[in-house]
Amino acid sequence: MLNLVIAFFAGGLFGAGLFVSGMTDTTKVQGWLDVFGNWDPTLAFVMGGAMIPMAIAWLVARRRAISLSGNPMPPAPSTTIDSKLILGSLMFGVGWGLAGLCPGPSIASLSYGGPGLYVFLAAMLTGMLLAPMVRARLDRPVPAE
Amino acid sequence: MPIDWIWGLIGGLLIGTGGAVYLLGNGRIMGASGIIGGLVDGSGLSTKWERIVFLIGVALLPVLLMPYYREVDTHITDNYIVLAAAGLLVGVGTRIANGCTSGHGVCGMSRLSLRGFAATFAYIFAGGVGVVIFRHLLGVI
Repeated sequence: MLNLVIAFFAGGLFGAGLFVSGMTDTTKVQGWLDVFGNWDPTLAFVMGGAMIPMAIAWLVARRRAISLSGNPMPPAPSTTIDSKLILGSLMFGVGWGLAGLCPGPSIASLSYGGPGLYVFLAAMLTGMLLAPMVRARLDRPVPAE
Repeated sequence: MPIDWIWGLIGGLLIGTGGAVYLLGNGRIMGASGIIGGLVDGSGLSTKWERIVFLIGVALLPVLLMPYYREVDTHITDNYIVLAAAGLLVGVGTRIANGCTSGHGVCGMSRLSLRGFAATFAYIFAGGVGVVIFRHLLGVI
């Protein structure tokens, strides 16, 4: 039960932050990516601001084996940079630029995004459903020859 | 507009605090694409209630804040073909890369993860090139 209270609280902070920062406004996201247009620096402030408490949390987490609700802390990050990471991130980036939406804000704007948001969400969920197939294809060993 | 930067910073601090609560509270990395994707492809069903409750929090807080806010407009395009293509790319891309702006960006880079930096560089680069091509060259967005 504690883990659910924590999850709700964390989600609430995330949603509130996305809302007040303006990150559910697609023009702010596209404005940040649009270095040749009317560049909008807001996203850099959001990212920078978010990394401050998060970096502190990682430092605290390093000294603890388990979390408040009893789950173990995440393992040390992998350092493998593979084609899935890069190809996936490039695909994500193009989609992010096209719509000005990423997964977090697409949920945060659920109540006010209108029909366009539902089209995006339906496509995103379909993409997430198809992803294991794409991943399996990328994982398939290349025949040596 | 300077006020936007300040709101951006305040919002960022809230987002990071959410991530800190999720990490220290539940030992989890707050990555939106992973939390949603695990429900969609079934890989995260063992923790489904945690995921669902998290997402309810994300969607609910903006509803509660709305009455106190200046103006709310997502400016989402009404070009459904663009939105469908974008959604597919975001869905597939974040899942095969194992993270998005929150997981790789906020949570990854703040622990100096190499993968976090590589992914963030790649999606910002692709997003920037995408906006140049689709806005300035093709004029579709």
